[in-house]
This record gives sequence, C-alpha cells and structure tokens, in this order.
Amino acid sequence: MKNLISIEDLSKAEILKILDKAEEFEDVALGKRKLRILEGKILANLFFEPSTRTRMSFEAAMKRLGGDVINLTAQEASSIAKGETLADTIKVVSKYCDAIVIRHPLIGAARFAAEHSDVPIINAGDGAGQHPTQTLLDLYTIRKECGKLSGISIALVGDLRYSRTVHSLIKALNLFDAEIYLVSPPTLSLPEEILDEVPNTKIADLSEVITAVDVLYVTRIQRERFPDEEEYKKVANSYKITPDLLINAKDTLIILHPLPRVNEIDTAVDKTKHARYFEQAFYGVPVRMAILTEVIK
Amino acid sequence: MKELVVSKIKEGTVIDHITAGRALLVLRILGISEKTKDTILIAMNVPSQKMGRKDIVKVEGKFLSTEELNKIALISPNATINLIKDYEIVKKFKVTLPPVVEGLIICPNRMCISNSQREPIRSIFYVSFDKDVVARCHYCGKKIRDIAEQIR
Ligand SMILES: Nc1ncnc2c1ncn2[C@@H]1O[C@H](COP(=O)(O)OP(=O)(O)OP(=O)(O)O)[C@@H](O)[C@H]1O
Ligand SMILES: [Mg+2]
Ligand SMILES: [Zn+2]
Repeated sequence: MKNLISIEDLSKAEILKILDKAEEFEDVALGKRKLRILEGKILANLFFEPSTRTRMSFEAAMKRLGGDVINLTAQEASSIAKGETLADTIKVVSKYCDAIVIRHPLIGAARFAAEHSDVPIINAGDGAGQHPTQTLLDLYTIRKECGKLSGISIALVGDLRYSRTVHSLIKALNLFDAEIYLVSPPTLSLPEEILDEVPNTKIADLSEVITAVDVLYVTRIQRERFPDEEEYKKVANSYKITPDLLINAKDTLIILHPLPRVNEIDTAVDKTKHARYFEQAFYGVPVRMAILTEVIK
Repeated sequence: MKELVVSKIKEGTVIDHITAGRALLVLRILGISEKTKDTILIAMNVPSQKMGRKDIVKVEGKFLSTEELNKIALISPNATINLIKDYEIVKKFKVTLPPVVEGLIICPNRMCISNSQREPIRSIFYVSFDKDVVARCHYCGKKIRDIAEQIR
C-alpha cells in the first residue's frame, strides 16, 4: 500500500489484511509486548485542523512500534497555511520523514498531498471528505466485539448528512453485506449521492430498530446545523440514547461512537453491557499500527 | 446542392452538429479566446434536418488534435468533425467522450482543493456515461451531470 487516502481505494482483501495485522498488535498497543519494527523511522503529523484522538493515537502507534514522531503545533500549522502552499509544505516535510499523516479542511487535500510527496500519505480527515483510518478502526471494533463482520445489522444514528465518518463507514459496510438502517432527522438524512452507491439501506425509527440490530453507531448532531436552539434541542433529545431505550435490545447489541460525544449517549449507558465506544477508541492504536507498517517500508 | 451558411475554407477544422447555443462554449473548450489571431467562423441556431437547430464552428488553417476535439463531447455529444484540405473534406468523425478531462471543468464543491487559488492544481474529472454524461472529481468525488454549467 503506497498511500491511504480513501477507504474506497482498498479492496476487501486489503481491508481484512489490515484488520488481521491489527489483531497481532493489540498486546503491543497495550504495552504488554515490545516491538521495534519501525525503529529509526519518523512519522510527521501535519494537522491543519484540530484533533486530539487521531493525532495522539497515531503518535502512540508509531512509538509503540519503536518509531519517532514529529509534530506541527497548531500555531505553526496556521502560519504555514497562511504562507506557503500545501504543495511546498509537503515537498519539504516529506524530506524529513518516512510517512506523513495529514488532516486538512479542504476535501481532496490528502490526495493532492500524495501527488507532491516523496513519502506515503495517510489521510486523517480532509474536510467533509474521507477519514479512512476511522473507518478501519470501526470495522475492527465491529469484528472484534460482534465476532464477525459479514452480514451484521447496523443502525447509523444522528447526522448522516454531514458526518464523513458515516459516509466512509457505509461504503465499507456495503462490501461486507451489512443490513444498514438509517436513523436521522429528515434534514440530516444521507446524501443522494451515497444512497445511489449503497442502495440496500432502510430508513428506520430509533425505538423500532434498537431491538433488531447488532450494532448501534451513534454520531453527534451539531448545533450549527439548526436555525434555532429550540429546534436543535427537540431533535437532539429525540436521538439521545438512554438505558431505558435499551431495555428490549438484543443482549449482544454493541453501541459505538467515533467520539467526542456531547450528550447523544447518556453517560449512564457507559456502564451497560452494550457500551463499546471506549474500547473502540483504544482499537485506534493497533489499527493505526497496522496501517503504519503497511505504508512504511 | 445545399448552401453553405458561411463561406468555404481552404484548410482547417469544421465542427458541425453542435448542440444549438453551445458554439461559444466549444470555443472555450478549444482554448480559443478573444486574443486569437485565427480566422474563426461561427454559426448559431442554423436550421438542421437532423437536429432542428444546430451551431457550427469553423477554424481556418488549423487541424486540432482529436484529443482536444473529443472534449466537445462533454457538452455536445452529437458533434461531428470535418477536416478540410483544399476545400475538400479529408476526414470526418464523431466526437467520443474522453475518459479523463484535466483543467477544464470547475468543481462545484466550494470546499474542494481543486478550487484552491493558492495551490498549483488543475481539476481532474473522470467521465462516464450513465443515461447522460457524468463527470466525477478526482479530488472530492463530486459527480456532476450539468457539465456545460461548470465550464467557464
Ligand atoms: N471547404 C469547406 N469549408 C467550410 N466548411 C465546409 C467545407 N466543406 C464542408 N464544410 C462543412 O462541413 C460540414 C459537413 O459537410 P458535408 O458536405 O459532409 O455535409 P453533410 O453531407 O451534411 O455531412 P453530415 O452528415 O456530417 O451532416 C457542413 O457543415 C459543411 O458546411
Ligand atoms: Mg449535414
Ligand atoms: Zn472536487
């Protein structure tokens, strides 16, 4: 694998290869076993938009494998963004490192960066575009926590219109014959373009679908999407996951969330047997270790 | 003998059967601007048996490359090309859709990097046919069907 720009660039076999590798790295990610296979290698984190988890989990992944990480501060990133072109920044930084992780507000920035880089580019989010490493860790979590990836039933809940996480995930799920339910307010429904590519989805009601699915994937509903506070509160509350809602859920139901959450999942849900979002956050490390070993040769 | 709408040329390229009203867009696609020194004949909305109305563009003294000319198919799928030598047609062909088009279509997605004024970047679109012509942005994945609207 030369770069990781979009989940759509990966075949099913390539996705499974990364998930299998991640499995082998889990104990290393936990610090139980030491590995130095990326010793002497340097990863550059180029975040032109804020990120905590993605950036830190890449850093942890690289260091657990014996490698080093160089970072831009937020201030440096913003002054670079005002000064030189992204093309020049990439040409320069690619001389300092063995791979670049980039997050940028413009869609297609990672693909463009790859066209100017001597080293592999990993897309950590390009505006409303793609976030393939999140998708891979979501798939990993589902496989791990459900015991299978093929033929699962999943409800995607919340902002399906603007969530890049959902857009990437839904395309990947389609490769694994998932039964996909869409649960969102009408104004935040899945864009036509994606529906065209993933036709086997069903629009559903939260209370109905919650008893039927293996996975509940919850995303944040952003206040900015609504004209007024009242409207936002009404909608946000009707998609809030609480322990009461889960009474008739399958025993094996798992709840995922890309985090950070605001209040779409009640903290009381954290203690139920269904909550898996913190495990999901941990799996970001072994999955990113697998990705790093795939691109850095 | 039917009449020629505009006078004959000795040598050059005639683009016939252009969708009515799109002759100026054809010039833009071919990179012919107000700065050109070439002799160009344009006919718009002329009667046509096959199409009702059509546009025609004739570029004197120039043999444009097939690759260049095929871009016309994006906005005018029925256009035909006639290469003229010594007042006679020496080659005639229908334009065919190019699979990739660089630097011509403007991505309608405002947040797409291809619209960045700062970066050294040209748009790249992948073209296919699905009921009508569809172009997909290499950078953001946006699909567009109203291509004529996105050429400026
Ligand atoms: N020497 C020339 N100078 C300028 N235009 C020419 C010349 N010869 C032909 N044309 C133009 O080229 C086009 C094709 O000419 P042609 O004689 O093949 O007409 P046609 O039989 O109607 O062909 P088609 O089936 O492509 O419509 C016409 O628009 C015609 O006016
Ligand atoms: Mg004719
Ligand atoms: Zn675009």
